[in-house]
Amino acid sequence: MDETLKELGEYIALKLVDEVKHFTLVRGELTLFANRDDIVKVMQFLHDDNQCQFISITDICGVDYLGREMRFEVVYHLLSPVRNLRIRVKVETDEESLVPSITDLFPGANWYEREAYDMFGILFSGHPDLRRLLTDYGFSGYPLRKDFPPSGYVELFYDEEQKRVVYKPVKLTQEFRSFDNLSPWQGTDYVLPGDEKAEGKT
Amino acid sequence: MADNSMRTFNINFGPQHPAAHGVLRMIVELDGEVVERVDPHIGLLHRGTEKLIEQKTYLQAVPYFDRLDYVAPMNQEHAYALAVENMLGIKVPMRGQLIRVLYSEIGRILSHMLNITTQALDVGALTPPVWGFEQREILMVFYERACGSRMHAAYIRPGGVHQDLPQELIDDIEAFCDPFLKVCDDIETLLTGNRIFKQRNVDIGTVSLEDAWKWGFSGVMVRGSGAKWDLRKSQPYECYERLDFDIPVGKNGDNYDRYLIRMEEMRQSTKIMRQCIDLLNSSEGKTAVSSSDGKIVPPKRDDMNSSMEALIHHFKLFSEGYKVPKGEIYTAIEAPKGEFGVYLISDGSNKPYRCKVKPPSYAHLSAMDFLSRGYMLADVAAILGSLDIVFGEIDR
Repeated sequence: MDETLKELGEYIALKLVDEVKHFTLVRGELTLFANRDDIVKVMQFLHDDNQCQFISITDICGVDYLGREMRFEVVYHLLSPVRNLRIRVKVETDEESLVPSITDLFPGANWYEREAYDMFGILFSGHPDLRRLLTDYGFSGYPLRKDFPPSGYVELFYDEEQKRVVYKPVKLTQEFRSFDNLSPWQGTDYVLPGDEKAEGKT
Repeated sequence: MADNSMRTFNINFGPQHPAAHGVLRMIVELDGEVVERVDPHIGLLHRGTEKLIEQKTYLQAVPYFDRLDYVAPMNQEHAYALAVENMLGIKVPMRGQLIRVLYSEIGRILSHMLNITTQALDVGALTPPVWGFEQREILMVFYERACGSRMHAAYIRPGGVHQDLPQELIDDIEAFCDPFLKVCDDIETLLTGNRIFKQRNVDIGTVSLEDAWKWGFSGVMVRGSGAKWDLRKSQPYECYERLDFDIPVGKNGDNYDRYLIRMEEMRQSTKIMRQCIDLLNSSEGKTAVSSSDGKIVPPKRDDMNSSMEALIHHFKLFSEGYKVPKGEIYTAIEAPKGEFGVYLISDGSNKPYRCKVKPPSYAHLSAMDFLSRGYMLADVAAILGSLDIVFGEIDR
């Protein structure tokens, strides 16, 4: 299995010299790192080429790496039922850059791209219908970004006077508790709460 | 005079509709009675599962998977457990694997039974749900006897399963198998040859194999169109390689073929269950139910009374949890509805950095517009039923 994937990776890297930056083979999974603007070309090749035949789209998702220059990664998972192989393709993007949509090639990509837009605010160019999908009508913000709080910003109430459901800012009766369960006796790379007093730094 | 021939009619299907199988809102654009466009609005059951999983340790994330496809809860846990095990590189003992497979197949029957009978209900047959749900009730009691809960099991955990099965339960599941096949035959007498059922399903919702792959379909949806594709056979996990079962494949890719496949898959599942029980009763199946790695699998209560180390492990595993090596993995299983995948990214800490759930019915529902165009309004309900959708996993 690993041999086949390695050969395939080398073959693709050879055929798509300009489009694919490099590939990795970890835990029996082949990952291609593609240039954002060439993603349609890469997908077209993976779909059409006789050695690949990745004709089915399994999944598209965004990942937020807060702190990187290009903070988002769009991860595509493809399946080749003929060769019984899977492949992962990654492109990097940020809040403003457009990722070309692959809906023309894989109509099934439509909702996956909408979801990535909804959850991360990743923009896709050439998508026929880039609306929000999973969040509420009129929702603002991108919930799966790492800087979005798990509690969100608004909560729903039924307003007795207006006789309808209204949004109000989130009010937590108890602050969200994030427990530090890591083992301090193994040495931390941060100052434990209270320890700063011992050093006389107030 | 306005041009009446151009007028289309919009109707709002759902969010509460008995044929919507949950909370689905669809804007259906009609020309007379012919469907011109369908726009499904989903997300009414969105709970932010993926965000929540990022806040929890690996063990605490397990119960969220029950609540995805709540018709066959353990299959989802199974995918997650496999993903975490792949990352950690641990093996599950034979008995643990057999119990997982046994309960995955129970989940498959639970899901197919619900789908077949409620789809029949959507097209007008009232008796099948009554007969089918009786069997589901029995199966849910098997769930309850294994883990204490009828649905939200949290039973399959990374490293194995939570507890061993009592022998009486294994015997009862064995006793369930044969009568169940009889019930399958009975339900088939109601549906397979039924003229109304056939009129509503044959040649409705047809999808070619090429389209099925393009739309990202999986499971019964591609098998109905003629692909011999089942992850249990093509990319085997656990001990499926050793078990003997067949994959039913359709020809026409319509609702009726998908119904026939589901019907046959229930029989095949029963066959697998029986093999699992035989193996569980043999000497091979008398191993532990979970990995012996004390850094991953919590100790049993008995050990904690006598072993200091077990006590420490227990404390650490239920507060800090375990750390998973840095990396990423995509693991998929053949869930009843299709390929259920978990894409797990770890940053080396005790919480997943990102856990993307790939639900099978999400892709199927996204093709709703493509599948229903040109059919009648009444067929929309039949197609929707045949897709086998559950909103727990679509909305996440």
